[in-house]
Amino acid sequence: MRISLLSIGLIAALSTIAMSARAFEVEEYHRFGNGDSRTLRILSTTDTALLTPMIETFLQGNPGVAIEYTSASSAELMTAVMREKHPFDLALSSAMDLQIKLANDGYTQVHHSNAVDLIPTWGNWRNHVFAFSQEPASIVVSPSAFADLEIPRSRQQLISLLRKHPDRFRGRIGTYDVGSSGLGYLFATQDARTSESYWRLMEIMGSLSAKLFCCSSDMIEAVARGEIAVAYNVLGSYARARKDLADRIIIIEPNDYTNMMLRTAVILNSSQEPDLAGDFIDHLLDAAWNSPIVVEYPFHRYPTTGSAQNVPFRPIQLGPGLLVFLDHLKRKRFLTEWHNTVQQN
Amino acid sequence: MSDPLPTSGSLRRRLTLQLVGSAAILATLLFFVVLAFARDVAQQTHDSILLASATSIMDSVSVQADEVTVDIPYAALSMLGNVSDDRVFYRVAMRGQILTGYDDLPNTSQSTRSGQSAFDTLSYKGNSIRMVTLSRRLSLNGAPADILTTVAQTREGQATQLAQLSRSALQLGLGFFLVATILAIWAAQSSIRPLNQLTAAVSRRGPKDLRPVKRPVPSEMIPLVLSLNQFIARLRVSLTRSEDFIAEAAHRVRTPLATVRTQAEITLRRVDKPENRASLREMIRAIDESSRAAGQLLDHAMVTFRIDSLERKAIDLTELANDLVDRLQPIAELKDIDLSFTGYACPPITGDAILVQNAVRNILDNAIKYSPNDTTIQVSTRQTLSTVLIHVEDEAGGFADMDTDALTHRFTRGENAVGTVGSGLGLTIAREVVEAHGGTLIIETSKSGTGACVSLCFPLA
Repeated sequence: MRISLLSIGLIAALSTIAMSARAFEVEEYHRFGNGDSRTLRILSTTDTALLTPMIETFLQGNPGVAIEYTSASSAELMTAVMREKHPFDLALSSAMDLQIKLANDGYTQVHHSNAVDLIPTWGNWRNHVFAFSQEPASIVVSPSAFADLEIPRSRQQLISLLRKHPDRFRGRIGTYDVGSSGLGYLFATQDARTSESYWRLMEIMGSLSAKLFCCSSDMIEAVARGEIAVAYNVLGSYARARKDLADRIIIIEPNDYTNMMLRTAVILNSSQEPDLAGDFIDHLLDAAWNSPIVVEYPFHRYPTTGSAQNVPFRPIQLGPGLLVFLDHLKRKRFLTEWHNTVQQN
Repeated sequence: MSDPLPTSGSLRRRLTLQLVGSAAILATLLFFVVLAFARDVAQQTHDSILLASATSIMDSVSVQADEVTVDIPYAALSMLGNVSDDRVFYRVAMRGQILTGYDDLPNTSQSTRSGQSAFDTLSYKGNSIRMVTLSRRLSLNGAPADILTTVAQTREGQATQLAQLSRSALQLGLGFFLVATILAIWAAQSSIRPLNQLTAAVSRRGPKDLRPVKRPVPSEMIPLVLSLNQFIARLRVSLTRSEDFIAEAAHRVRTPLATVRTQAEITLRRVDKPENRASLREMIRAIDESSRAAGQLLDHAMVTFRIDSLERKAIDLTELANDLVDRLQPIAELKDIDLSFTGYACPPITGDAILVQNAVRNILDNAIKYSPNDTTIQVSTRQTLSTVLIHVEDEAGGFADMDTDALTHRFTRGENAVGTVGSGLGLTIAREVVEAHGGTLIIETSKSGTGACVSLCFPLA
């Protein structure tokens, strides 16, 4: 494990040197398969390790194909595609708003297949943007901090709990820094759109000197270490993936509503292998929406019938509505208001 | 039969084609009207949603701390996403400077005053877009500032919708055309029906039926029927006139002939020279022949006249035939001919007794005239399933293999007629009478093969 991680690191380092022409910031680069006839270039915000099993099963079914997997942050992904126009085939991203922007501004191409028909209607926009996972915005709490308290199941319960025990939680709450994290901003804007209780919660978190984090994994680890007691809007899929921390964290999917982030794939206009890219998307979609369950699929599968009243899961709606929060004036206003609420000192 | 008339096309086909043609034109018109209407409605719907979107963006424009700011509502763009999956573009500009949105979005070609909106269909990044531009004047630091809000959407959803609508419109047009075609065929058929009915009624008529057409016909056909009736009337007058003329002529000829015959017989008694007597006898025979021909012509004229206004009374054929046989018995005896009658009781037929008597007498006359001496003529009446008939069988040698139908034509005589006084009208008269009563005249060779067998068949009343 350590050796393979090291090798990935080495390759990443080497490739960074090799592709110094690239201006956008690459987190990781890995080449899968030794086929040299066709190469699929994937640009992704998902950690390489998470998708490696899926990539390997794809390569088994497509001999002679190699996959170049480059991971970057969602903002860097936009820079690479929109500004620097690197010729990638496929963009996989958790930033739904940015994927919609790519499709809306004409950087993607259409794809039709049987697998596409498996996606629920809310998980497909224009046959350009395809959802291949549902990942909840969860609350992660430390069991030790709640030893003598009831675990909150909704935002309302969390608010009352924080109000009742301000001293216990002061400085021990964390959430995304929405200014620096795209996913944090997405969750925050959807929360603000869905419920008034979000601002009340932010108000209280601000009064209790909430800590701000760049990413889900940091928050999960902070909870596991006991550094903070509550982390709000953590990506549930990452928390579930940390099997090693399972006894030190409790994952809560709030039952008033739980925003579901959809990880999406788009085929870029710059693609030299659109058919291969389509096949890879179908491979992901098949694992995500078809039965039986594929063991290599790294995400938890939630029910797709989100319309039932007792199901609190709310997939974030793919569509032009997401463009609203990318508007720079809107973003400025939102961030100002958010900072005013959360950073009261 | 007469030669087929040259046709100038079919009235029904012409009517059908014209109706179907106009249905096709109407269906095409319907298709385009529905399509244009649908296009209009689709465009209006799209426009009103775009306007609602632009209005809600415009409503979020405000002045805060001497600065214009925009807080686009989530619904402003998501409402467009609910209608179709089309791409959405927007822009908010003030005094020509872009505040937010897509800065390369084209400008509207129309000039907009405050509070007004303008719609354009333009091309942006290679796509056809529908764009609304909304204008509003704000007061900024005491000076007016014009804000232009633009919202645009690609038209793929609209195109899909239109394709569906035009499919529906096409189906509607085709359906309309189909129904109209069926109705057209039916209409042509039914409007031509009175004509067919008139034709059938006229062609069903007997050969001597020259009554005017009285049945009701559509008003458009009145002139045709009137001229037909006038034509029939003229024909009748002309026929009557020629029959009258013949009768008059026969009558005028018969009387002087009787005088000539009497004089010839007186002269015959006076002359002794064998050759003079021979030529006188020849003369008398010729006079007899002319006289008989004149008589038959008169008979024929009478028959024709009576057929025109046929009397319909019950006739007992057995009694009628028996009377005739009795009356002609003396003439038959002159030639030692055994004229016998066998009558079965028959139901009466309806008709003109004088005509029927005339017909039977003509047949019997013929039989007696052509039969050699010492032969028999058998007359009988009989009833079959649907007819009552009078049967006359002689031993006069028959008509051999001559066309029996041709014998009943005027002035046609059998091959054995040579040397016998006659005109060839007897069978004609018989046939005309029988046919006027709806029956048939059958001429056959008798069973024994030595003579002819003539049957007058009348339908049962």
